Amino acid sequence: METDKSKIGNFIFNRSVQGVFYQLITLGLVALGIYYIVTNTARNMLERGLASGFHFLGVESQFDIGMTLIEYSPTSTYFDSFIVGLLNTLLVAGIGILFATIIGFTVGIMRLSSNWLIAKIAEAYVEILRNIPLLLQIFFWYFAVLRALPKPKQSLELYDSFFLNNRGLFIPDTVFGEGSSIIFYLLWLTIIISIGIFIWAKRRQNRTGERFPAFYVSTALILGTFFISLAATGFPVSFEYPELKGFNFKGGVKLIPELVALTFALAMYTASFIAEVVRGGIMAVSKGQTEAAKSVGLKQNLILRLIIIPQALRVIVPPLTNQYLNLTKNSSLAAAIAYPDLVLVFAGTALMQTGQAIEIIGMVMGVYLFLSLFTSVIMNLFNRFMKVDGER
Amino acid sequence: MSAANKEIGPPVIELGVMGWLRKNLFSNWYNSLLTIFGLYLLYILIPPLVNWIFLDANFVGSTRDDCTNEGACWIFIQQNIKLIFYGLYPTEELWRINFVYLILLISGVYLLIPNLKHKGWVGAFLLIIFPIICVVMLSGGLGLEAVETRLWGGLFLTLVIAGVGIVLSLPIGVMLALGRRSKLPVVSLLCTIFIEIWRGVPLITVLFMASNMFPLFMPEGVNFDKLIRALIGVMFFSAAYLAEVVRGGLQAMPKGQYEASQAVGLTYWRMMALVILPQSLKMVIPAIIGSFIAIFKDTTLVLVIGLFDFLGIIQFVGTNPDWLGFSHEGYVFAAAVFWVFCYAMSWYSQRLEKKLDTGR
Repeated sequence: METDKSKIGNFIFNRSVQGVFYQLITLGLVALGIYYIVTNTARNMLERGLASGFHFLGVESQFDIGMTLIEYSPTSTYFDSFIVGLLNTLLVAGIGILFATIIGFTVGIMRLSSNWLIAKIAEAYVEILRNIPLLLQIFFWYFAVLRALPKPKQSLELYDSFFLNNRGLFIPDTVFGEGSSIIFYLLWLTIIISIGIFIWAKRRQNRTGERFPAFYVSTALILGTFFISLAATGFPVSFEYPELKGFNFKGGVKLIPELVALTFALAMYTASFIAEVVRGGIMAVSKGQTEAAKSVGLKQNLILRLIIIPQALRVIVPPLTNQYLNLTKNSSLAAAIAYPDLVLVFAGTALMQTGQAIEIIGMVMGVYLFLSLFTSVIMNLFNRFMKVDGER
Repeated sequence: MSAANKEIGPPVIELGVMGWLRKNLFSNWYNSLLTIFGLYLLYILIPPLVNWIFLDANFVGSTRDDCTNEGACWIFIQQNIKLIFYGLYPTEELWRINFVYLILLISGVYLLIPNLKHKGWVGAFLLIIFPIICVVMLSGGLGLEAVETRLWGGLFLTLVIAGVGIVLSLPIGVMLALGRRSKLPVVSLLCTIFIEIWRGVPLITVLFMASNMFPLFMPEGVNFDKLIRALIGVMFFSAAYLAEVVRGGLQAMPKGQYEASQAVGLTYWRMMALVILPQSLKMVIPAIIGSFIAIFKDTTLVLVIGLFDFLGIIQFVGTNPDWLGFSHEGYVFAAAVFWVFCYAMSWYSQRLEKKLDTGR
């Protein structure tokens, strides 16, 4: 009797038995929840006459999109509209990341300046911009600034080639004439050679300790080859400038105001976060590193290039990619000012027309999920690569 | 010798205002150049802004015709202030919102004043009884006239969404973080999947999902109101972010703390509640408040699913034919209000950080 009781007790209070028990309960609850949702959804969809599945992707979409990077018309399919939206999202994210990085690094370094005024201006930039909701900033740039710009006839212009008005931003287009492909092949070739030079220089330095000015040599090689080939082929690359014809501009590249406002707001907002990342990264390099580098006789620019920047980058890059990811996700706010991004085109218009809420939201979320998982895989690889031996 | 040194002292140029200017603004030629550039930047930005906002602005009047000066027309804000702060909430019921604000203000001030007794009770009141008061007062019941949530709006709605998001997401976030760190593989896997899915997608798609898919998930006849759907979306979204913040705190705890609490025979939940969580949450308070600021800013997104929060109302008021063309005033006002809220939160978090710093 006694032993039986204690056996049961042993069984009940056994850690691993408890573990299995709890996990079974959790699994059961989750399965019940999913079953509940799935049955409800199935019934609701049946009642509304919705067929599940992805057949709708092949159907003609019958709506037009204001800005497309590929051929698209109302006779294209819903899948085409998905691609158009995806490309527009990637476009705005790409330009936004470029500008956010430039502004962010500038402001971040300004905040560390020994010049009091410059440091304070940078601090004000960061504190103001990151404490105002992004959507408000997008609205401001779009409705209050770009929409309030003059008509094409009174455009703001820069060097007769950039024009800004209420129809958008007009910039020159590059036209590649005959023979320009040779220049690109040469450009790629010189870039590959430069990478080779870097590897060789590194190996030689490891072997002999001598430094080779790989950066200057490869820059000279790339730029030199580029300009010589340009001259040799008779400048096949030219620019097409936008021109005022009637009430609007013709020629050049037109960037719609939605794109300009969105890029601007995203870049300015994200830059305020990047600035803090950069500042934190540089400050994380301990002062002893600089002093040690000085004491072994490195010059100031070499200290920066060989000691500070590589160590700061290790701290900066992971949160920086996180900010890039945030910018990409935030670009979905495009829907609020009608820039035709993935969310507006697909989760907005296409969803409204087809009613396939689950498939469409699933696809859109899948795209963003893929981007963030992809980024974190890259980051893990980076961290493994950058890990210093013996570090905690 | 020492007397002579005292008499000479450091050169005037390194002392006082002159010394400060020299050291911080004009230490060498490019710093001087930067300073001049900075001054020029301020010169082209600040005076026009000050003129527009204050000096040339219009403060008195009741219609747009009273805006005769060059600067901002603050009459626009003044005339629409009820809409901006309370949305379409019935005017005769506004005292209910103000009453809730008043309770919140009194208990908040009480908690902020140092060295007062019974803070625990006030906190418990805020967490347990106050939400009930809020629901009854704001949406009606117990003899109060019901006010539909579609009439809620303005800053009031923003505060409701942010408040509910913040209060509910913290406990969920803590549970998710514990789950992800759990030794039970199924629990940890489920929590990880949950967290990563919400963190991987933009809030706007979550809101789209909440407004389009939640109705499909529910049995027939059950119909959530739009606000509740948005609240659920915001809550899960911010819970996932908070979970990662809390997990950071849990990971930073030294292993000895876990081992010591197990050695004195605490069960898992007691160990977490009494030893680990109090210390690790304290460590990540700045990051938690950072998440709260993010939630507060993100509430503006609810306007894409047709709720009129603070920004939504400002946008809406600007389309009123009587007040067309005053969007600048609206945006500047909204920006100022949001900025004050967010900056106050981050200032408070810095203060708390200093106060709680145990010198680790």
